[in-house]
Amino acid sequence: MTQMPQISRRFFIASVTAMSGGMAVGFNLPGLGGSAEAATHPAEVNAWVVIRPDDTVVIRVARSEMGQGITTSLPMLVAEELGCEWGKVRTEFPTADENLRRKRAWGEMSTGGSRSVRTSQEFLRKAGAAAREMLIAAAAAQWQVPVTECQAANSGVTHQPSGRTLRFGEVAEAAAKLAPPAEPKLKDPKDWTLIGTPQKRLDTADKVTGKPVFGIDVRVPNMLYAAIVQCPVFGGTVKSCDESQVRGSKGVRQVVALPGAVAVVADSWWQAKKAADALPVTWDEGQNGEVSSASIAELLRGGLAAPEAAVVRKNGDIDAALATAAKRIEADYGAPFLSHATMEPQNCAAHVTPEKVEIWVPTQSGEAALAAAAAAAEVPAEKVTVHKTMLGGGFGRRGAVQDYVKQAVLIAKAVGQPVKLLWTREEDIRHDFYRPAAMARFTAGLDASGMPVAWRVRVTGPSILANLFPQRLTNGVDASFANGFTEEMAYDVPNYEVSYAMRATHVPVGFWRSVNHSQNGFFRECFIDEMAHVAGQDPYQYRRKLLSKDPVRLAVLDAAAGKAGWHQPAPQGVSRGIALVEAYGSLCAQVVEASVGDRGQLKVHRVAAAIDTGHVVNPAILQSQVESAIVYGLTAALYGAITIENGRVSQGNFDNYEMLRLGDMPVVETVLVPSGGFWGGGGEPGVPPLAPALCNAIFAATGKRIRSLPLKGQDLKRA
Amino acid sequence: MARLTVNGQTQEVDVDPDTPLLWVLRDTLGLCGTKYGCGIAQCGACTVHVDGTATRSCSVPVSVVEGSQITTIEGLSVEGGLHPVQKAWIAHDVPQCGYCQSGMIMAVVALLKENPQPSDADIDAAITNICRCGTYARVRTAIHTAAQA
Repeated sequence: MTQMPQISRRFFIASVTAMSGGMAVGFNLPGLGGSAEAATHPAEVNAWVVIRPDDTVVIRVARSEMGQGITTSLPMLVAEELGCEWGKVRTEFPTADENLRRKRAWGEMSTGGSRSVRTSQEFLRKAGAAAREMLIAAAAAQWQVPVTECQAANSGVTHQPSGRTLRFGEVAEAAAKLAPPAEPKLKDPKDWTLIGTPQKRLDTADKVTGKPVFGIDVRVPNMLYAAIVQCPVFGGTVKSCDESQVRGSKGVRQVVALPGAVAVVADSWWQAKKAADALPVTWDEGQNGEVSSASIAELLRGGLAAPEAAVVRKNGDIDAALATAAKRIEADYGAPFLSHATMEPQNCAAHVTPEKVEIWVPTQSGEAALAAAAAAAEVPAEKVTVHKTMLGGGFGRRGAVQDYVKQAVLIAKAVGQPVKLLWTREEDIRHDFYRPAAMARFTAGLDASGMPVAWRVRVTGPSILANLFPQRLTNGVDASFANGFTEEMAYDVPNYEVSYAMRATHVPVGFWRSVNHSQNGFFRECFIDEMAHVAGQDPYQYRRKLLSKDPVRLAVLDAAAGKAGWHQPAPQGVSRGIALVEAYGSLCAQVVEASVGDRGQLKVHRVAAAIDTGHVVNPAILQSQVESAIVYGLTAALYGAITIENGRVSQGNFDNYEMLRLGDMPVVETVLVPSGGFWGGGGEPGVPPLAPALCNAIFAATGKRIRSLPLKGQDLKRA
Repeated sequence: MARLTVNGQTQEVDVDPDTPLLWVLRDTLGLCGTKYGCGIAQCGACTVHVDGTATRSCSVPVSVVEGSQITTIEGLSVEGGLHPVQKAWIAHDVPQCGYCQSGMIMAVVALLKENPQPSDADIDAAITNICRCGTYARVRTAIHTAAQA
């Protein structure tokens, strides 16, 4: 049992501020050390900035581009301080092996947790500022004038008294030879001219012509293709495989046995896939061949009632407060496993020779891919080269786990020439690391005015950290399973307790866009609506009361309600629901307008969203990310469910694991309400509020309280 | 041997006749702008034009399209310039990850050829491609922009 101290509702903003302040002290910022020795280009001013003689500025991007726009937003942070013309910026992705050779000059390269901007903004701005100061110093030295008389702007350095100018490209090589400043001076946010402006994405032109090379597009000379079949029951192994059935099939080169899987290597992927389909494999399904969604639900219901659980947040005396409450509400909620379903199925190309291992892979973490390749090939990390390609979506599937890298390396090692492994869509959906199935049990006591005096929360389900990173558990507890109920639960409830009963299943779980916030946001914000209903109060005004001492959250809630026109009646036949979630250092509120027809047909008309990420680098991209998150959340709320029968996943493709399509797309109106002073994430915070706002709208329309997802298959007819 | 005309060029390809057009384009001809997403004509990432009609190439055996005019995203540009749909896509910064966008654009070009001024309902009915990044709102706006061009 662990117990966390009471956390004030100001915890989040305060902690973010403290962290960003703390990073400047005693933290070796990536890319700002003396770079000249390790530089790969004579005009590499530092690890992040190369300036060519024609003034082109190449800005290195360490994170992976998977649609979230970091190819544009991260260079904006550098360019703002550098003082270059934005139109002269080009980008380049350093590789994980270069990072290793240069003693992690680019810091952490993994891309997830909506971290790209918030955890690298400081060193990227400092890299730009340091480069600017070095360019100024180089120009001043050439003119033999004091640096204080020089300024940099629009890709040039000007000597103010004489009006002389030198272009960046003319002084870059000299600047690169100078020692970097110890503490480059950053602009005051009020002086920003690029950060905070809507800039077009730098990768659009390529993406409309089919040019970008995704992992699936990699072509290496002499390359073969591999298809794979994996044991349908997680954790099972290959008992036997009758290779003779496919040997001699046109194009088929080799059958490779892998842990829990068999791969077929052929001259083309289609030949490999056909042979893999035809290959008779007998599996040893292990102990889990009987597990079903029903048995998992039973396990989780046990978790709801279990006397033993880890208390992860506690304030006040909940039993005393419940005993004297005027009203008591109880409810159980549930959410299913979900697959990421990136548009690009998992894949990796590999070439293993005695001298080195080379991989080409769409990965959210080049460093994790490098480690996986080295481990699979049993070689030191220095022998691995990672070519990171574009990613056809990531959403958490391509980060912590690099299972396809391991497989590709093992296959390539067995074959002795380059091989590109590509999973079918079916393999992709059936062998994911799923958003955990979860349940929650709530007991709340309201006072005579309807406000909560006590709230007991029990959550249960499989822990991602226990599955992937057991070393990150604290005394065996994964408090992150209760994300959204611990420090991010800002509502004013004097007596409050949250506990987590961990329940493991054989279904692998992993990080799915917004992770545990995705289910907990649904549970929490629907139950707040239940409280408001019992209290006989408007759900928006009820939340306002619960946040009365919290202007930052109120502003976001008010902005969404204002955009939706909450103060005016909804159009005829349309109902509204609202939700507010804090995740990844940002706040996002959404109002959903939906209608339910006589036969229970649901139509989602409009979503009004407000988001506060503190500072905003590129408002146009943030807006896209909120739209994207809403689609991701709405797809899951309407259709998303991975179910288990006989130990295996029942779904396999988009015919039974459905996706939102254009015809179902509601109007989305997003307002950005950046309050400044902190840097929050942009990719994920928009996902969790959608499901509860939608289900609260359905309740408003029908009186039916939705306590489990997805909505598909549920009877929504008016109660 | 199958004889194909792709982006105006006639080529002979040595593949099994049941090989889907998608894999001939990608792996045999090296035209990788057309993507694999599902293999069962659900997602539209593999959309190309066969004699001007939007076609999900993952589910069409190459033997069926012998003698047809096939256009892929690589062959969409008009006289070296971008197609109006591509220009509209750039104007609205439609793509996010970009993976589904070749198929999306090919589907939209075919729609506008048949129906130069589509209504929102026409667009809903015709454009059923899946985009996991959720670019749908911008896709719709860009279609209307392209229709004005």
